[in-house]
Parts: sequence; C-alpha cells; structure tokens
Amino acid sequence: MKYSHSVGQVHYTFTDLKDVLAKATPARSGDYLAGVAAETYAERMAARMCLADIPLRQFLQEAVVPYEEDEVTRLIMDTHDATAFAEISHLTVGGFRDWLLSDIADSVTLKRVAAGITPEMAAAVSKLMRNQDLILVARKCHVTTAFRNTIGLPGRLSVRLQPNHPTDDARGIAASMLDGLLYGSGDAVIGINPATDSIPALMDLYYLVDEVINQYGIPTQSCVLTHVTNQIQVMEKGAPVDLVFQSIAGTEKANQSFGINLGILQEAHDAAQALKRGTVGNNVMYFETGQGSALSANANFGVDQQTVEARAYAVARRFSPLLSNTVVGFIGPEYLYDGKQIIRAGLEDHFCGKLLGLPLGCDVCYTNHAEADQDDMDTLMTLLGAAGLTFIMGIPGADDIMLNYQTTSFHDALYLRKVLGLKPAPEFEQWLMKMNIMDAQGLVQPVRTGHHMLQNMPKNLLSAA
Amino acid sequence: MKENDQPLKPEALADDPWQQLKGFTRARIALGRVGSSLPTREVLDFGMSHAMARDAVHLALDMDQLAAGIAELGYDTVQVHSCAPDRATYLLRPDLGRRLSEADSEKLLAMRSASPIDLLIVVGDGLSSLAVERHVHGLLAEIKAIFPPDWSTGPVVLVRQARVAIADTIGELLNARMVAMLIGERPGLSSPDSLGVYLTYDPRTGRNDADRNCISNVRPEGLMYAAAARKLLWLARESMRLKLSGVALKDESDAVEIEVQAVPRLPGESA
Repeated sequence: MKYSHSVGQVHYTFTDLKDVLAKATPARSGDYLAGVAAETYAERMAARMCLADIPLRQFLQEAVVPYEEDEVTRLIMDTHDATAFAEISHLTVGGFRDWLLSDIADSVTLKRVAAGITPEMAAAVSKLMRNQDLILVARKCHVTTAFRNTIGLPGRLSVRLQPNHPTDDARGIAASMLDGLLYGSGDAVIGINPATDSIPALMDLYYLVDEVINQYGIPTQSCVLTHVTNQIQVMEKGAPVDLVFQSIAGTEKANQSFGINLGILQEAHDAAQALKRGTVGNNVMYFETGQGSALSANANFGVDQQTVEARAYAVARRFSPLLSNTVVGFIGPEYLYDGKQIIRAGLEDHFCGKLLGLPLGCDVCYTNHAEADQDDMDTLMTLLGAAGLTFIMGIPGADDIMLNYQTTSFHDALYLRKVLGLKPAPEFEQWLMKMNIMDAQGLVQPVRTGHHMLQNMPKNLLSAA
Repeated sequence: MKENDQPLKPEALADDPWQQLKGFTRARIALGRVGSSLPTREVLDFGMSHAMARDAVHLALDMDQLAAGIAELGYDTVQVHSCAPDRATYLLRPDLGRRLSEADSEKLLAMRSASPIDLLIVVGDGLSSLAVERHVHGLLAEIKAIFPPDWSTGPVVLVRQARVAIADTIGELLNARMVAMLIGERPGLSSPDSLGVYLTYDPRTGRNDADRNCISNVRPEGLMYAAAARKLLWLARESMRLKLSGVALKDESDAVEIEVQAVPRLPGESA
C-alpha cells in the first residue's frame, strides 16, 4: 500500500504504515530523539489525514515490526480474533474513531470487539483523538478482574500501596504500609519495589506483607516487584506469593533487554495460578509498562514510542493480569518532556489499554529533570479519574524515597475519590468501614492513638508505637 | 467493636496519631490532613524540596571554583565540554551529553602521555550540580588519602553538560587503564545532592552500562566519603587484577558495613 496525502500543491509521502503512525503522533521528545517524528506541523496533520483513510484490515497485512523477527508481532497476529473483528472490519481508522465515539459502541459492544482490536489499531485511532475522546471512550470500557477483591467495577478507584524503603528496612516498610492503610489505600495491591535482589531478603518481604494482610484480615493482595525469575525462585521455596510482577515492553528485543520472554512469563503465571491463593478470582499477574522503554533499549524498530507501548499491552493481555499500569512520566524528559506531553501520554496509554481489555492503571508521575510539577499530576489524575482509571499509586506524601521520583499520594487518592464520587473495591470498602477507617459516605475518619492497628503490628515490628 | 477503634470527632486539621513511626523511615508519613487534603505546611514543605531538586538540575556548576578546590588537594585539572551546548539541549539529547566536543577532543589528545594512566578521575555535572559542588572535594580527599602509591593518575578532568559515558571517551583519549566518573545523579525530592561514581576498565567510546561498576548515593546522609573511596579503590584493584569491570566484577567489598550506615537510626538507638 502507498501512503501519501496532498494539501493544495504540497504532496506528503510516507514510506510505510509505521512511518504514517510515527508522523501522525502528537509531538513528544522521544520520537524526535528516535528521529521518527513529523518535521513540521503540517506534515503531522497530513499524516493524520492519511492515517484516517487507512482500512483497519491493513493492520493485519502490514506488521510494524517483522513477524519473522519478533514474538510480540507473532502473538498479536496469531491470537487475533477474526470473529470479534468482523463487526469493525469494514472501517477505516477515521471511521473507527467515529464508531468508538458513537452510542452504538456501548460497554457491551466494546467488550465484544476487544479481542479483534490489535495494539496498532488502538494506537492508530488514538492519534486521531483529542483528549476528551480518549476520556470518553475509555470510560465506556469496563474491565473487571479479581483476586482477593474485585478490581475495576464502574464507580470504583483502587490504589496500589507502595511502601518502598531505600534499604528494605522492615520497620520502615511497615510504617509506610500502616500510614497508607489508615488513609484507605491498598486495595489494588500492597506492592513493594525492593532495593535488593537477594532471595532470602525478598522472602522476608513476602512474609512481612503476608503477615500484615492476615493479621488484619485485609481483602487485598501483595506483590514484590523484583525480576520475574526471582519470583519463580521464591515460589519454589514456598514464599506466600499472591501476584507475580514484571516490567514488559512492546518488542521481543526490548523484552530481552529486561531478561524476559513470553515463555518465562507463562511459566511464572502458571506457577502463581497453581498456588490458588486468590479467594474471589485468580488473576495473578501485575505488569508495568511505559513509553520510551523500547527506544532506551535500542529496540524500537523505527516505531513511535506510543505504538510500541500499545504493543506491550498485547503481551499483558495474554496473561489476564489483575493489574497493569503505565509508569507515564518516570523515564525522563528525553521521552516525555513536560507536563503537556506526560498528560497526553497518560490518556493515550489508558485509552489503548482499556480498549484492548486491560485493567489499566497509571503511575501518574514525573522526575525532577522533567518540566512538570504537582499541578500537572493533579490535572492528569483528575482526567484519568474521569476516564474511569482502574487504579493509581499511593505513596506517603507522593515522594518515593527509594525510586527517587514523585507519584501520587494517599491524599491524592482521597481527593480523587471525593471529587469524582469514587469508591474503593467493594470488599476493601467493607473492611475499611469495619475498621472505622472510613465511614459510609467514604470519608476517612480521624483515628485514635489506641486504634488496634497502631497497637498490634505483627512481630512487634513497630513496638515503639 | 473495640472502643479504641471508634473515630474521633473531625477537626479542621487532623494530625495523625502515629507521629512516632516517622522514626522508622524518611518517607513522608503521618502528614495529617485537612478534610482529605494536605495541610498547608506540608504543601509548602514539598514545594521547597521540589524547588531544591529543580535548582540542582538547572543551576550551572561553578567549574572555576571547583577546579580551585581540587587544585588545593594537589591535583592538576583540565576543563572540557560535551557536545550539548546548554541545559535544555542536554536534557533532550542524552546522546550529545555522552560525546566530547571536537575542540576538547583535540585538546585532550595533545595531552596524551605515552605511558598509560592507571586510574583517571573525571568529574561531570550530570543531573545535579549541587551533588558535585557539595561532595566531589570531600570524596577526592578521601580517594587521595588511600590511593595506591604505585599507581599513576592524570589530571582531574572536569566536564560540563556530561553524561556518564563521556568519561570512557576521555579515558581513551588520555590513555587510561581505568576511569572513575564522579557525576551528579538524578535528584530525588529528598536527595537533591546524590553523587554517583562509575568505574570502567579499559575505557573506550561505545562501552555500555554493563561494562561499568556503579557506586551510588554518595553523600553524608547516604554513603559517606571515606566508605565510598574504599569501595572505589577495592573495585579498582579487583578491576586491574581481573582486567575487566561491569557485571563480571562482583562487588564484594565492605557491603555489609555500607548497608548498615545507610539505614537511618532511630532516636536513641545505638549504631
């Protein structure tokens, strides 16, 4: 297929599908760094006009990363559901946008066609959509998952409690955990990014969180975000593993740089499912992704960073995760320069993930060398809340002292729930009310010094209290 | 229902009754709340931390003053510049920060000696000029104190708008067996001044992260200068013996001692 578009006397040509996709992408530093971005504003719009006329069927004919060289492409093509696709197979990318925004595409319809949509189709249509379009369509996509509670129900917003500590100090982690629980956070997962990758030290972290969950009967799940091969090892040693975590990317080569492939993920998935630790469901995987990771591994194959990111969701979708989130502003300004670019990327990632059927959350975050601040985070989290985001991060005071970046706080989660009338996962909500941490209106309650959660931490971890 | 679990009456500013847990972590816990929002004092405190981290990234390093301080320790210094002309370009184009300007490449080549330098020290501003300003002098003093007397070292090379990998090019130009890059790390909200140290054996343009050993968080609240210097020289000796650096060189120095130092102590708790 030839790709071109003329505006008056000016004729724009594009070498292939991935070139159209890259040049149609809203401006961002990572695509300039990769040398794939449009050179002028007019070229960008011409690429979008060209893209709008491309049939969705073409995406099944022309892979952006060669089929023979890449197992992610093979996964996308080989598992494509032609029956689900039938309903939208007559559409162009532009027509697909119109269809998605129309009232024909209700929640039930969107769920039915999800398996017929490839990541590249999702990325393509997102490039023709304004921010409000990304919000409106994502909000119609309902993705529900379950382990010890139910994640993703409409009107709910869950929070990953992230009690990181720079040296994995058990008391430091426990203190942040308690802080978060008393602020109503932790229903998505209690997930620690460990500083160490020593197996015995990791085992201690699993036992620590498991004991807190058991002690207070918290309907939630734990996770230690170490490399998936470490998690396979600790499962073999009998550690209480609820969710298996891994960072993933959208090409085989980028995944190689993470030290993983589809086979390793399958092995970890099967091992975790066999433990049968879930009570209301058995979605056992937790993934993180982020625009720019493929380029930073020199594994983007000339594909723009947003399209590669969407391809990572095909990897995630394969394993029916409980949770998956984009870490949108973490990688740095050479990929997403400022608040505007971070906000746009967050909305795109959430839209693409939800359209493909993933329980997508967002680590709404930035680093100190990006042109962004708390106001940008407030804007993005509020927009994502309106879009029906599955979960956000909860960190004491938004300051991760282990990973050195700013994400959302326990206070932010309360703000979002209050302003948008959102509630925690139902099982967790019941627990919060039973513990007198939250009232029936969803407001967090002042806690007495003698509250038993402050008195009875496991192993007298926080006995100084 | 436990009586102690009964909620209190809400007030405008609710302090959290778990203040004492702050002794266990530097995380921002027990901040209190107004409704469900942050109290004014915490919004301002966070804003100041962010401002300091931003300044650490954007304030230019005073290289002349730094050079004068290093000269007092008895080192020669030479100042060079990467291909990134300014901070804005530096942030957008990491590749330019890894490349030495052409004029300075020639300058260093002219200084090259026939006999190799054992351990060359390079200092780069990186992402925190504050880290370099505060900690390079102190760390260099400790390095000098325990530097092997039979090893040669060249001038300390000071680089503006530098990324880590530029040190490999500099090491190659100056005929160094090993190069140690002292560079300002990406500033955290609570740590705007972390210094990182990267060691490469047989430095050459095109080396990657897997070829380097890293010592991070060098600052009084993290890894102390003396401990960082001992760790660097331990790694350098091993590197020289094994003729390699990076993932194949496992750090088995005084790791335990360092880890203990990095843990914040509780008030009144003995070390």
